[in-house]
Amino acid sequence: MSEKTITFTIDGVEVKGAPGQTILDAADAAGIYIPRLCHFKGLNPHGSCRVCTVIVNGRPQAACTQPIAEGTTVENDTEDIKKHRSNIVDMMFVEGNHFCMFCEKSGNCELQALAYRLGICAPKYPFQFPDCTLDASHPDIFIDRNRCILCGRCVQASKDLDGKCVFEFVGRGAEKKIAVNAEAKLSDTNVDVTDRAVNICPVGAILKKREGFKIPIGERMYDAQPIGSDIESDTKSIK
Amino acid sequence: MEKPKIATASLAGCFGCHMSLLDIDDRILKLFELVQFDKSPIDDIKKFTGQCAIGLIEGGCCNEENVHNLQNFRKHCGILISVGDCAINGGIPAMRNNIPLKECFDEAYRDGPSVYNPEGIIPNDKEIPLLLDKVYPCHHVVKVDYYLPGCPPPADTLWEALVALLSNKPLDLPYELIKYD
Repeated sequence: MSEKTITFTIDGVEVKGAPGQTILDAADAAGIYIPRLCHFKGLNPHGSCRVCTVIVNGRPQAACTQPIAEGTTVENDTEDIKKHRSNIVDMMFVEGNHFCMFCEKSGNCELQALAYRLGICAPKYPFQFPDCTLDASHPDIFIDRNRCILCGRCVQASKDLDGKCVFEFVGRGAEKKIAVNAEAKLSDTNVDVTDRAVNICPVGAILKKREGFKIPIGERMYDAQPIGSDIESDTKSIK
Repeated sequence: MEKPKIATASLAGCFGCHMSLLDIDDRILKLFELVQFDKSPIDDIKKFTGQCAIGLIEGGCCNEENVHNLQNFRKHCGILISVGDCAINGGIPAMRNNIPLKECFDEAYRDGPSVYNPEGIIPNDKEIPLLLDKVYPCHHVVKVDYYLPGCPPPADTLWEALVALLSNKPLDLPYELIKYD
């Protein structure tokens, strides 16, 4: 890679990055948090959830896939984009059955944490109450499709990090769901509880058994600090 | 000036949100200085005595009585607030939303492991409200003005919201007071 640095702005703040770096990575390095869901460090970004949408020179782009370019203007923390992100998060909530009150992931869930950060009290769309299945066949792991947001992290992690291809999507559109690479059940696959794919779910769709509610309320990841606080260098208040 | 009236109801809920309201501790005395309770389980007034400023609804709608009650609240309350996850998304009762009603009845009255019902009768008295096909969040039935999430919402959330609305301030909850569990 060349030594050249690229300079651009995010919400008026000058940010420097290396050629080929994505907007999201450059922002992270500069201590600016761009909300994201499907993106995970170490996996190939694919820009599918669109939560990280920013406005680059007036056009919406996924910050996790868009490379930085010299002199561009990026808008991130504006009312319009916040509204757009809230809409996406709202849709994810109504398209699944997200009952936080009995979910083991509550407090450590990235979807919930994003909703908290965006100040969402209730989704604005009507709830769909979809009919979803649960696969608890494996002795150590279960899949609860009620909570799956189709981010694809487990699919990619199983393929690229574990070298296994345990998970894959089946169906299209509203019928799309996460499936396992076996005749029928998760227990028929070669998945292991230590696989990266099992530990990468942002929500409570793929969980390890006998670990629920281990951390007491008040000490969970997002109880006190909003998601993204670790990235933000300054302590500007979150609204 | 007369104190504004406040009404509360628990529909398909567990009364946990009402417990959380009581959990504001001694601020309940301040609340009684600020408002007068109308129809509510707190003072056991069964019927609206007039128009209310604020109505707090706990729980979603699982039967026709819930719907009538909710519509009655909408009619009598200037501001209607969905309090808690059951009012907002159906909550625990909504877990039956993907199970056909007949299966629910069979499990509850015929086939359940602790059920003794040799004649297989499913209760069908006129006094018993008819169950709805699904459990509906309140805003699927009437217009709801504000939402206070949580299971239950923290006492501070209820207090902050009521104080803000009673003093005509915008309802702007801080990070710690928006919780879904």
